[in-house]
Amino acid sequence: MSSIKGLGGRLYSGETSVNIVGNAKRWYIVSALFTLLSIGALAVQGLHLGIEFKGGSAYTFPATTATVEQARSAVESTGITGELIIQKIGEDKIRVQTGSLTNAQSDSVEAAIVATFGVNAADIDTQLIGPSWGKEITKKALYGLLAFIIVILLFLAMTFEPKMAFAALIAVLHDVLITVGIYALIGFDVTPATVIGFLTILGYSLYDTVVIFDKVRENTRAITSTSKQTFTQATNLAVNQTIVRSINTTVIALLPVASILFIGGGLLGAGTLKDISLALFIGMLVGSYSSVFIAPAVLAQLREKEPAMIALAKRVQARGTAGVSASATTSSSVQVATATVTDRRGPRNQPKRKGRK
Amino acid sequence: MSTPNNVVKSSARPGRALAILTLILISLGATAFVTGANEVRLGLDLRGGTSVTLQPRASTAGNEVTSAAIDQAVEIIRQRVNSLGVAESEVTAQGSGTNRQIVISVPGENGRRVVDLVGQTAELRFRQVLASGIGVPTAVDTATAATPVAGVSDAVNQAFATLDCTAAASLQGTGTDDPAAAITACSKDGGTKYILAPAEVLGRQISKASAGIDTQAGSAWSVSLTFNNEGTSAFGALTARVTSLPEPTNQVAIVLDGIVQSSPRINEAIPSGTAQITGSFTQVEAQDLANVLKYGALPLAFDRGEVQQVSPTLGAEQLTAGLLAGAIGLILVTIYSFFYYRGLGIVVTGSLAVAAVMIYLLALVLGETIGFTLTLAGIAGIIVAIGITADSFVVYFERIRDEIREGRSLRSAVESGWVKARHTILVADAVSIIAALLLYFFAVGSVRGFAFALGLTTLVDLFVVYIFTKPLMTIMARWKFFNSGHRFSGLSDKSSGVTRTTSSVEA
Repeated sequence: MSSIKGLGGRLYSGETSVNIVGNAKRWYIVSALFTLLSIGALAVQGLHLGIEFKGGSAYTFPATTATVEQARSAVESTGITGELIIQKIGEDKIRVQTGSLTNAQSDSVEAAIVATFGVNAADIDTQLIGPSWGKEITKKALYGLLAFIIVILLFLAMTFEPKMAFAALIAVLHDVLITVGIYALIGFDVTPATVIGFLTILGYSLYDTVVIFDKVRENTRAITSTSKQTFTQATNLAVNQTIVRSINTTVIALLPVASILFIGGGLLGAGTLKDISLALFIGMLVGSYSSVFIAPAVLAQLREKEPAMIALAKRVQARGTAGVSASATTSSSVQVATATVTDRRGPRNQPKRKGRK
Repeated sequence: MSTPNNVVKSSARPGRALAILTLILISLGATAFVTGANEVRLGLDLRGGTSVTLQPRASTAGNEVTSAAIDQAVEIIRQRVNSLGVAESEVTAQGSGTNRQIVISVPGENGRRVVDLVGQTAELRFRQVLASGIGVPTAVDTATAATPVAGVSDAVNQAFATLDCTAAASLQGTGTDDPAAAITACSKDGGTKYILAPAEVLGRQISKASAGIDTQAGSAWSVSLTFNNEGTSAFGALTARVTSLPEPTNQVAIVLDGIVQSSPRINEAIPSGTAQITGSFTQVEAQDLANVLKYGALPLAFDRGEVQQVSPTLGAEQLTAGLLAGAIGLILVTIYSFFYYRGLGIVVTGSLAVAAVMIYLLALVLGETIGFTLTLAGIAGIIVAIGITADSFVVYFERIRDEIREGRSLRSAVESGWVKARHTILVADAVSIIAALLLYFFAVGSVRGFAFALGLTTLVDLFVVYIFTKPLMTIMARWKFFNSGHRFSGLSDKSSGVTRTTSSVEA
C-alpha cells in the first residue's frame, strides 16, 4: 500500500500526473461506445420488467421436496392462462409468478398450492400487482427524476457555477443510461427496488462529482490572474489531487453495497436487497468512472471556450516553452514529469490564511 | 467513544463539542426511555404482515380525485381496518396532493380479511328508523324485548336487544351492511342504538352538501343537501311516507359504514330535492356531517395497486439478512480504513460507531413519535449511507494530508484542512439530502423507507463529522503518536507523500 500512498503525494504535488482531462477524447469515445451499446440493448432487448411494472401475481412458498414441474401442474390445474414462471429459490422455496389475476383466480392458485404441497396458507408470501400499477410508479419515478434534475441543476449552479452544474448533469445522465443499458443487455429484472437503486445512483454520482469540482474550483479561482496553467491543466491537477480520495471513496462505498449484494443475492436468493444493491454496484462503478473521466473533461471543454480562457491558454502557450503542458507529452500512462512546473512550490510555501474559503 | 480526560481538559473547544455530543446522546436515550420505546419498529417486510396499496381514481366521469376526497377515504378505510381489531395496523396516504396512494398495512396473518374489506367501496345510505333506544344492552325478558318491532326478523330484534353501543367494537364500522336488509346500528357517539329499514336513498344520489348558518332559525349551524334526479324522487317518496308516522319511525338515519351519522326527524315531505338538516349543531359538527354527506359515498374508486403478504418466517429471514449485510459492510469498511489510514482508522471506526448509536436512538425515538418504521429498503439505505458517512472522513483526511504536504504541522493541518473539507462535505451532503427529500416526496411505499433512512443518516453524518470527528482529530493531533508522524499513524511523511528528499532535489 505504501507505494500508492507515495503516489498520492506525488499526484498532489503534480510530480506525477495522469493526463486525464487532456485526453478527453479517449474517454468520450469509450463512453460513447458504452452509451450506444446501452441504447442498442434498450432498443433491441428492452428492459426485463418485474411484475410490479407489468402487473401479475407472485407466490413464494416453502417446499423442500416439491419440484418445479409439480408446482406447474398444480397451478395449471386451476385453469389460469397466460404467462407462468416457476422457479426454485434457494434450497427450499418455490416461486410461482403469473400474469394479472382476479381475486377469485388468485384464491384458487393459493388453494391449489395449499392442497398440493400441504403448506399453511399464512406461509405463502404473496404479491399481487394490478395491471395499471406499473404505469403509476413509472410516472412517479419519472416525476422524481425530473424534479431531481431541476433542483440539482439550480443547487449546483448556485453553489458552484452553471457550467459545473451542466457538466455534472451530463455525467449523471451518462451513468443512469449506461447502468440501465447494462440491465437491458444482461437481462436483470427491473423492480421498484432497482428503480430505487437507479435514483440513488443519481445522488451518489453527483456527490462524487461535487467533491472533485470543489477542488477544481479551488484550483481555478484566480487562474486568469496568472499565466502558469490553462484551465484544462488546472482541472487535470484537481482530478489528480482528488484521485486517491476517489479511489478510496469508491472502494469504501462499494464494500457495504457488495456485502448487501452478497447476502441479499446469496442468502435470500431474490428480493429488495439484491435488486437495490445490484443496481447500486453497477451504477457506482460507472458513476466513479464518469466523475473522474467525464465530468471534469466536459467542464474543461465548456470553460476553455470562454474568451478569458482562450486568452489564458495563449499566454500559457507563449510562456511555457519548456513543455509546461502535460497534454503536450505523448505518454498516456502515469508519467513522472520532473522538470515541469518549476516555480510551483514558491507561493505555496507561504502559510495560508486560515478560514480562506 | 472514550477519550482520555486529561487531553479533553487541555482545551475547551473540542471538549465542549464532545460534551455536547454526550449530552445529545444521553437526552436521546432518555427520550427513548421515557416514551417507552425499547425497540425499533419494524416494517411489515421484516416481521410479516400484509400491505395493500390502493390507487384512487374518479368513479364516474363527473367527479375528480381531490385531496379532500382522499383524506376522507383514508378516514373511512381506517375505520374499516380498525374494525378488525388488529393492533398497529396503519392507513396512510403517501405522496403529495391529489397524486397520492393509500397504503394499508396490517401486521400478522389477517391479510386476507383486510384485502376483502378494503376492496369494498364505502357507501352512504339513508334508512328509515324503525326503533331506537339508549345504546346499552337491554335486559332480557323486559318490556322492550317483549315488544319486538313488527316486520323485522327475530334475529334483528335479538341483535338490537343485546347491542352495546358503548363497546368500542360497535363503533368501528363494518362496511358490510346489506342495503336490502334491515340492520341494527349505533349512533356515532355510541349514545343511541337503532333498528333501521332497508336503504332507500344512496349517498351517490346526493349531488351537493354544505354546512352553513341558518338565517331563519337565528344563527344556528345547519347542513344543506341537494339530491340529483334519482335521489330527488327517492328522497321525496321516503319523506312523504314517514313524515306522518309516530316517533321514532319518522326519522331517517344517515348511515355510513354501518354507523349512524345523524338521524334527523322529517318534518315534511320534501319533493324538491333540496333538504336542510337543522339542530343544535356546532360549526365543526355541521361541517363534519356535510363532509360525510359529500364524501361518504367515496367519490373515488380504488384500483388495487399492490398487495404484498409476507410471512413472519420470511420477515425474520429478511431482517437477519439485512442486519448481517450491514455488519459485514461495517466490518469491511473498518478493515479497509485501518489498512489504508492506519491509526486514523480509530477515528473512522469511532465516528461510525457514534453515528450507528445515534441512528439507533433516533430510530427508537422517531418510531415512537412519528411512527417511523424500519423496512428492508430502509436498512439498505442505512448501509449505503455507511459509504457516504465514511467518505466524509476520507475527504477530511485527504485534506489534512494535503495541508501537511503544503508544509504544515499536523496540528495546524487539522484545522486548515477542516476549513476546506467542511465546504466539500456540506455541498456533497446537501446533494445527498436533496436526493433523499425528492425521493421521499415523489415515491410510494418502500422507496420512501429508503429515502427516509438515507436522508436521516446523511444528516447524522453531517452532525457526527462536526461534533465528533473534527474535535477528535483536534485532540488526537496533540498526541505524540500522531503528530510525530509515527509510521502507523496514517499521517507519517511517507503516507502523506511528503517525499522530502525528492522535493529538495527538485527545488
